[in-house]
Amino acid sequence: MPKIEIDANHCKGCGLCIDACPKKVIVFSEDINKLGYHPATPKNEGCIGCGICFYTCPEPESITVYKEDKSA
Amino acid sequence: MAKQFIKGNDAIVKGALLAGCECYFGYPITPASEIAHAAAKYFPLLGRVFLQAESEIASIQMVYGASSAGRRVMTASSSPGISLKQEGISYCAGSELPCVIIDISRGGPGLGNIAPEQSDYFQIVKGGGHGAYKLLVLAPASAQEMCDLTMLAFDLAEKYRNPVCILADGYIGQMMEPVEFPEPLTGREYPDWAVLGNKETRQNLINSIYLDPIELENHILKLNGKYERMKKEEVRFEKYKTDDAEIICIGYGVVSRLLKSAIDECRNKGIKAGLLRPITLFPFPEKEIRNFAESCKSYFVSELSLGQMVEDVKLAVNGLKPVHFYGRTGGVVPSVTELYQQIEKIR
Amino acid sequence: MNIFLRKPKGFYDVYLRSPASDKTNTHYCPGCGHGIIHKLIAQAIEDFDIKDRTIMISPVGCSVFVYYYFDTGNVQVAHGRAPAVATGLKRANPDSIVISYQGDGDLAAIGGNNIMQAANRGENITVFFVNNAIYGMTGGQMAPTTMIGQKTMTSPYGRNIYNEGYPLKVVELLATFEATTYLERVSIMDAASINKARNAVRKAIQCQIDNKGFSLVEILSTCPSNWKMSPVEAKKWIKTDMITYFTPHVTKDKINERESHKVEKIRLNSEETKSKLDLPEKRDLVKIDMSSVKEKYKNPRIKIAGFGGQGVLILGNMLAIAGMEEGFNVTWLPSYGPEMRGGTANCHVRIDEKPIGAPSVAKADVLIAMNKPSLEKFEKEEYLESGALLIYNTTLIDIEPSRKDVDIIAIPATKMADDMGDLKVANMIIIGAYMEKTKLINEEALERALQTGVKRKNLMDLNKKAIKAGMDFVKNLK
Repeated sequence: MPKIEIDANHCKGCGLCIDACPKKVIVFSEDINKLGYHPATPKNEGCIGCGICFYTCPEPESITVYKEDKSA
Repeated sequence: MAKQFIKGNDAIVKGALLAGCECYFGYPITPASEIAHAAAKYFPLLGRVFLQAESEIASIQMVYGASSAGRRVMTASSSPGISLKQEGISYCAGSELPCVIIDISRGGPGLGNIAPEQSDYFQIVKGGGHGAYKLLVLAPASAQEMCDLTMLAFDLAEKYRNPVCILADGYIGQMMEPVEFPEPLTGREYPDWAVLGNKETRQNLINSIYLDPIELENHILKLNGKYERMKKEEVRFEKYKTDDAEIICIGYGVVSRLLKSAIDECRNKGIKAGLLRPITLFPFPEKEIRNFAESCKSYFVSELSLGQMVEDVKLAVNGLKPVHFYGRTGGVVPSVTELYQQIEKIR
Repeated sequence: MNIFLRKPKGFYDVYLRSPASDKTNTHYCPGCGHGIIHKLIAQAIEDFDIKDRTIMISPVGCSVFVYYYFDTGNVQVAHGRAPAVATGLKRANPDSIVISYQGDGDLAAIGGNNIMQAANRGENITVFFVNNAIYGMTGGQMAPTTMIGQKTMTSPYGRNIYNEGYPLKVVELLATFEATTYLERVSIMDAASINKARNAVRKAIQCQIDNKGFSLVEILSTCPSNWKMSPVEAKKWIKTDMITYFTPHVTKDKINERESHKVEKIRLNSEETKSKLDLPEKRDLVKIDMSSVKEKYKNPRIKIAGFGGQGVLILGNMLAIAGMEEGFNVTWLPSYGPEMRGGTANCHVRIDEKPIGAPSVAKADVLIAMNKPSLEKFEKEEYLESGALLIYNTTLIDIEPSRKDVDIIAIPATKMADDMGDLKVANMIIIGAYMEKTKLINEEALERALQTGVKRKNLMDLNKKAIKAGMDFVKNLK
C-alpha cells in the first residue's frame, strides 16, 4: 500500500495538504511541534500515493511519498 | 611594439582587450561614445562580448553578472550616465566584484553640456552610491595612460575584488597621442570565488546582503581593510620640477598638462613652481602632498570645477601652509597663460 | 516500498547559509507559494542533472534568500535587475544555465524595462515570475499586478483604476516581442494547476538547455500573510479572483520553430589578437635633418581652422602622425568645448622635442586658416605669436591678413585642388606647403602618415600629387 510520511518538525501547519488530499487521509495532529504548530499527520489507510500532498506542500523536507515501483 | 597615434578613448578599448577584458556592456553618451564604438568594433573581432544595454542601470548590472562569472568586464559612460550607474556600482562594491568603470566626465549638473569638467570627483572618489564603499580611482593624463591605467585597473580590480574607475575628462578622451601598446595578457585563470557554472564553483555565492548588523559590520570592516591596504600600497602620483619648488601646484587629468606648461612659464620668469599630479585619486597622495609643507611656501590647486579635489588637498595640508585655488567650470578650460597669471599672483 | 517523492536534490540538505537555528525549514510563512514553486524548480534541476551548470539569481523580495536553498551557483542581485545580471552571466558563460527568480514588484515594477529588454533580445535565460499581486517582504504594498479593488497597505481603499491603472499582464506583454520563445501563465491554486506548473517549469528550463532563447513562466501564487487569509483561503482566492483577470494559458510556444542558437567562443593567440586590434608593426623612426629646420619652425604649436568638411582635422592628424614617425612628441586635439561654436572646425597640433604639457594651443606659432572666419578670428594678437607662420587659403579668403609681424604663405589651395579634380585635397596641398616651408616634416614621414591615417587608399596617388603641388608652390615663391 502506498503511504506518506510527514516530518512533524518540518510542517508549519498550513493545511494545504489536508485540503488537497483527494482521499482525505491527512489530518491535523493534536500535538504541537517544535515550530509551534499543529502539524499535519497522515492516517494512511486509503492513501493512493498520488503525490498531490507532496506538490502542495511548501516545505521541501516535510512530506515523503512511498509507493511500489511498478517498473521493478 | 611601435607607437600608434590614437585617441585616448580608443586607447582605453585596446588596452582593455590586451588586458584580457572579455565583456563590454555600455550605453551611448557623449563624450564617451567613441569607447562604445571601438568596443563594438573590436570585442566581437576578438571573440569577446559587446552588448549595448537598454540603460546605464542595466549596463552596470550586466557588468555585475559577467564579473560574477569571473570575467574581466568593463563599462564606460559620462557623468549623467555614471549617476545612473551608482546603484550598480554600490552593489559591485558590496558584493566585491572586480570591474572597470570608465567615466569621461562632462559638464553638469543636470544635462549640463558635453564639454570637459571635473565635477565628478565627489561622485566617483567619495562614493556616490549608497553605503560605505570606495572605488579605486585612476586619473590618466595622456593617451598612453588611458591604455596603461586601464590595463592596471583590471589588475587592481582583481587584486582587491573591487570596482576600479578611470576618471578622465573629455580632453584626454578626445586628444590623440602616440601610444605604445604592450603584449596581450595570456593564460589568465578565472578567480576561485566566481560562479562559473561548474562543479568546482557550485558552492560559491555572490552577495551583498548581511541582515545581521554584526555580520554587516564585519563585512564593512573587511571592505575598509581593503581600502586601508590600497592607501598603503596603491598611491600613485607624478612629480614635475618639485625639488626646489616654493609653490606646489596640484591638478589631475588635462589640468596637470596645462599646469606643466604654466610651470615652465613660471620657471622662465624665475618663479619656483612645481607640480604634484595625483594619478590615484583614491587612494589620494595625501602624505606626499603634506610632506611639501616643510619646504614650500604655498599650494596652488586647479580643477575644472569650483573646487572638489581641493578639499582633499586642504585635509592633507591641514592648515600648515596656504592652499590657493583656481578653477574654471561649465566646460571652460583655462589657458596656460591664465594659470600662469594665477600662480604669479600668489607668489 | 520505494520512495516515490522526496525532497529534490536541487536543494541543499541543510541550509547552512540561513542564520536561523533551524537550518532545514525555509524562512517562508506557512502556506507561502514560494516553497511550492521552489520544489518544482529544484526537482527539474535534479531530473535534468544540471546542478553544476545552474546559476540561480536571487532577487529582492521574500525570495531574496533563494540562495539559502538551491544547491547551485548563486548570485544575489539588486531590485529588479535580475534580467540584466542574467544577461551578463549568460553572455559571459553561455554554457551555464541561468535562472532568474523574481516577484511581481521586482520584475513588473522597478525592473519593468530590464525584463522587457532581456526578453526582446531573446536572451537564452529562464525566468520564473511569481505573481502574488502584492509586495511581500516590504510588508504588503500594492504591486503592478495587484487586482482591481484589492486592498493593500498602499491601496487601503482598494486598487482604483483611475489612480493606479490596471494590473499589468506580463506574459501577454512579452508575447508581443518577436524574440520570446516560450511564455506561459500557470497557478498553484489546485493539484491540477500545480501539475501544469511543474510541466511549464521543466519546459522553460529545457528551452534554455536546448539554446532556444527566452522563456518565462508566470506563476500565480499566494501570500496568505499579506492577503490576510489562511493558506487554504488564499489558494481559493487565486481561483475565484486572480484567474478571472490573469488567465492561465500557454501565451506563446515557439520552441519547436526556433533554431538552437549558441555563440561559440573563439580563442585567439597573441599574434592574432594584435593583428585584429590593428596594432602597428615595429619599425624604425624616419630620419630627419634638424640642421635644415630653422629655429623658429622647431617645436611648433599649430592651430588649423576652417569649415567642417575641409579636412581640417585630417590635416592636423597627418602632421602629428608624421611628427611621431620622426620621433617627436606630438599631440592632436580637436575643437572641443565652447570653441566649436560658430561653424568652424579646428584642431590643435603640437610637435615637440620635449614631452608636451598642454595639448591645447592658445597662442599659435603656426596658423593654417582654410576659410575667412578662421583668419579673422585667429590672426588676432591673442591667438597668434609675433613671428609666427601664417598659411591661408586665398581661394576662400578675399582679404589680406592684418598682421604684418608674421611669415605669410598665401596659397589658393581650394582652387588648386579643384584644378586637380577633387576639392577635398586642398588640405593636402596645405600640408605640402607647410613641409616645404619648415622642413620639419619630410616626405617619407608623411607617406607613413597617409598610409595609417587616410582611410580611402584609392586617393593615395592624388593625395601625394596634391602634397607635391603644395611643395612646388612654396618652392616657386623663392
